[in-house]
Amino acid sequence: MKFPVPHDVKAKTIPGTEGWERMYPYQYQFVTDDAVRNQYEKETFWFYDGLHYPEPLYPFDTIWDEAWYLALSQFNNRIFMVPPVRGVDHRIINGYVYISPVPVKNPEEIGSRVPHFMERAGHYYKNWDALEAKWKVKMEATIRELEAIQIPKLADMEDISVVLDAVGESKGYHLLKNYDDLINLGIKCWQYHFEFLNLGYAAYVFFLDFVQKQFPSIPAQRVTQMISGIDVIMYRPDEELKGLARKAIELGVEALVTSSPEWTVVEAALKASPKGVQWLTSLNLSREPWFNVSTGTGWFHHDRSWNDQMNVPLSGIATYIGKLKQGVNIERPTAKVCAERDRITAEYRGLIENEADRKQFDELLGCAKTVFPYVENHLFYVEHWFHSVFWNKMREVGALMQEHGVIKDAEDVWLLRRDEIKSALWDIVTAWATGVTPRGTHTWPSEIAWRKGVMQKFKEWSAPPAIGIAPEVIQEPFTIVLWGVTNKSLADWASVQEVSDPDTITEIKGFAGSPGIVEGKARVCKTVAEVGQLQEGEILVAPTTSPSWAPAFAKIRACVTDVGGVMSHAAIVCREYGMPAVVGTGHSTKVIRSGMMIRVDGSTGAVTIAR
Amino acid sequence: MPLVCWLEDCRKESVPLVGGKCASLGELIHAGVRVPPGFALTTEGFRHFMTESGVASAVSDLLRGVDCSDLEALEGISAQVRSLIESQAFSVEIEDQVAECYRKLSLRCCMPAAPVAVRSSATAEDLPGASFAGQQDTYLWVRGVDEVLHHMRRCISSLYTARAIAYRANKGFSDEQLAISVGVQKMANSYTAGVMFTLHPGNGDRSVIVIDANFGFGESVVSGEVTPDHFVVNKITLDIIDRTISQKLICYTVDTKTQTSHVMDVPFERQKVQSLIDDEITELAWMGKQIEKHYGCPMDIEWAIDKDIPTGGNIFILQARPETVWSKKPQGQGSAAVGSAMDYILSGMLAGRRVS
Repeated sequence: MKFPVPHDVKAKTIPGTEGWERMYPYQYQFVTDDAVRNQYEKETFWFYDGLHYPEPLYPFDTIWDEAWYLALSQFNNRIFMVPPVRGVDHRIINGYVYISPVPVKNPEEIGSRVPHFMERAGHYYKNWDALEAKWKVKMEATIRELEAIQIPKLADMEDISVVLDAVGESKGYHLLKNYDDLINLGIKCWQYHFEFLNLGYAAYVFFLDFVQKQFPSIPAQRVTQMISGIDVIMYRPDEELKGLARKAIELGVEALVTSSPEWTVVEAALKASPKGVQWLTSLNLSREPWFNVSTGTGWFHHDRSWNDQMNVPLSGIATYIGKLKQGVNIERPTAKVCAERDRITAEYRGLIENEADRKQFDELLGCAKTVFPYVENHLFYVEHWFHSVFWNKMREVGALMQEHGVIKDAEDVWLLRRDEIKSALWDIVTAWATGVTPRGTHTWPSEIAWRKGVMQKFKEWSAPPAIGIAPEVIQEPFTIVLWGVTNKSLADWASVQEVSDPDTITEIKGFAGSPGIVEGKARVCKTVAEVGQLQEGEILVAPTTSPSWAPAFAKIRACVTDVGGVMSHAAIVCREYGMPAVVGTGHSTKVIRSGMMIRVDGSTGAVTIAR
Repeated sequence: MPLVCWLEDCRKESVPLVGGKCASLGELIHAGVRVPPGFALTTEGFRHFMTESGVASAVSDLLRGVDCSDLEALEGISAQVRSLIESQAFSVEIEDQVAECYRKLSLRCCMPAAPVAVRSSATAEDLPGASFAGQQDTYLWVRGVDEVLHHMRRCISSLYTARAIAYRANKGFSDEQLAISVGVQKMANSYTAGVMFTLHPGNGDRSVIVIDANFGFGESVVSGEVTPDHFVVNKITLDIIDRTISQKLICYTVDTKTQTSHVMDVPFERQKVQSLIDDEITELAWMGKQIEKHYGCPMDIEWAIDKDIPTGGNIFILQARPETVWSKKPQGQGSAAVGSAMDYILSGMLAGRRVS
């Protein structure tokens, strides 16, 4: 299957964005001045990573793409020696990330990698639980280190202790060093992120593969259901809100907690009462670490955490207080969920006809169940907890740069690459030491203003789902399971080259996330801050959901997302609540508007709009 | 032993009493499956009819010394026997019981005189007289008790077609062993009907139930004259995982004058309407699952939704037999040796996934 040539796509530069390439690392460019590289790029299949990047990347946010470019690839190719695949290559066009799995082409080389893979991956699979316990220790230590990082202010005169303690270093040097430390911790955190993830996904993919051979029509959501954990960390932030709702009623402060949607107002009211103070103590225990949960995927600087936006968890607590007051049970039906999971697993197993296949099923199921908690839990540690703290440290860097006049607004920091920030900090530090004005005060503000315009134009551009030439076989597990690259999806991508008028679309296809059919009024919430508008019984339409959206699910009857697969948060939570979900629809939030009547069929993955 | 009994009182062990067809319908009812209501003249009723009226001895007199190689003579004898049987009244006892059952049946169907199918039900597969009769022993759209009684006699007389007589003589079966039951069952006046497989006929997947449906009688689906609506239901969770609504040009309904089904055009505005509602699909699939569980193998099932009976109790199973195509094939990769999860992952990675 052939798709547009990458270089042709790139050559149609959006007017006014000429020179945008400098916003991203140079190795991310499709090139025409290097014949060998150009040929490789043309013959390769690239697909747009819409799963992670629904919007164009800000220059700074590219850090996580670079981090996983390195980490995923090295674990596949240099550490575990996955026989038929190397890493996943990356490019950027107009701020959108395109990726491509790189195969090992020589059969002899594949063969020579096999024993190493068996030894190395085998070690992890065999010792999974023990190694995962070590991982948690490493990860928590990394987060503690991150929390301890200081972004020092540059004083006109250094503190006297620098002299008395004979420190021999200035705050200027510390700023440069601590910024490097901050970035390095981020890269390290992503090293850990992929330590288990490739193998975890491989176990899942091949359990899925086996079950689909036995049952060609089995929906992927049922396979996920068989291996999903019940006590995963993902549910914990929501459980904390429920606990706080109960506590508020127990202490008799529920009226204060629900007195205003504004956290500052509520907090002041609570501080004035002894019982209120008691409740605030419980709240503070919950906040670390559980309120570090991001209100988005955590991948972008604009994904703020509950701690950053206390109105969000407050509205969740208020929802639960309301439910409790009505006598509604807000406990998760864990016993029921477990029983259903066990019933489904046993019934499928019972339908396998021969003993050998049943044994293979047990083997693969056991392996998948061992690895799956990691696949679900790592998100909280990395994308939520670490990232939420990290973004705020970067905001301190932004504030310092603003203070020194290099950028006009602290939030402008995201428009610079991380290495440009390092250069700007050098500029600031040397100017500070010398007592002159940083050169960047003149150059960066205009560049940033231009980049803002470019980002806006990028947002309006519609990224083709695939470019280059599709391969015959894909062996990279992530490509198959995460991005859903299959024969069918490629055909779909090939057919939807041009986007039709959103006002005429009556059906949107996505993945069947959670079964059932519901008709109702849509409520489009682009961010979690908007879930307050949700009315009881509406259908939530969101770009994606994360644990911080959990309280919204207590109100809705179905859910539709733009991004995500059958393992996404929305799909898993909807299955627990027994309500339909269609996930990964691509553009529901653009096509559907609040108030429209829609029909969500979570069994077939179709959303129908009544026009 | 009863002369007449309700289908729901039959089990699969009831073959000697009510024959294979009725016993299997009784078994389905016993499995929790709804089949069109009905009753049967038992083999005891059959014997009672044959002996009490003296038909039995008259028939053996006629058949004595018949030359089975002389087909023309045999046809003549057969015609005499059959007209003898068909003109003989049932005893008052049987007539009363049949009339009472028919009255109750009509009442159950909320109709003054329920249309029924009258068909013979043979007591043993190796008794070919009955299976030979299978060609002409089903009478559809029969209404009124006199008509019912008349067609019951026609079913009995079908034991004495020329071919059946000759076959029994050649095989050395004595007519004294002959026993037949006659089933009387409400005609499913179907609004929508079709077939259901408790596995995927396309790929043998046993975790799904596949339903094909069209308006009217199931004939249009069975014969392949229309592209039916197609539903794939998850057998384990009973949710519909795939649906195709086709344009259905024709369907079969009853011509009450000729008492046969006839083809008619589906009105244009209904051609693309889903012929089953989702609740019906789920209930059907649930029934399919029960039937499969009861019989212990994938099944091929005919079903109908009866428009004479109020919703909630109007989905009926007409027939259920073991599926034969996929059930014979070995499933999955049974021959491959079982490896550890690691081995499987490795071999899977090496194979990759074809995408184009």
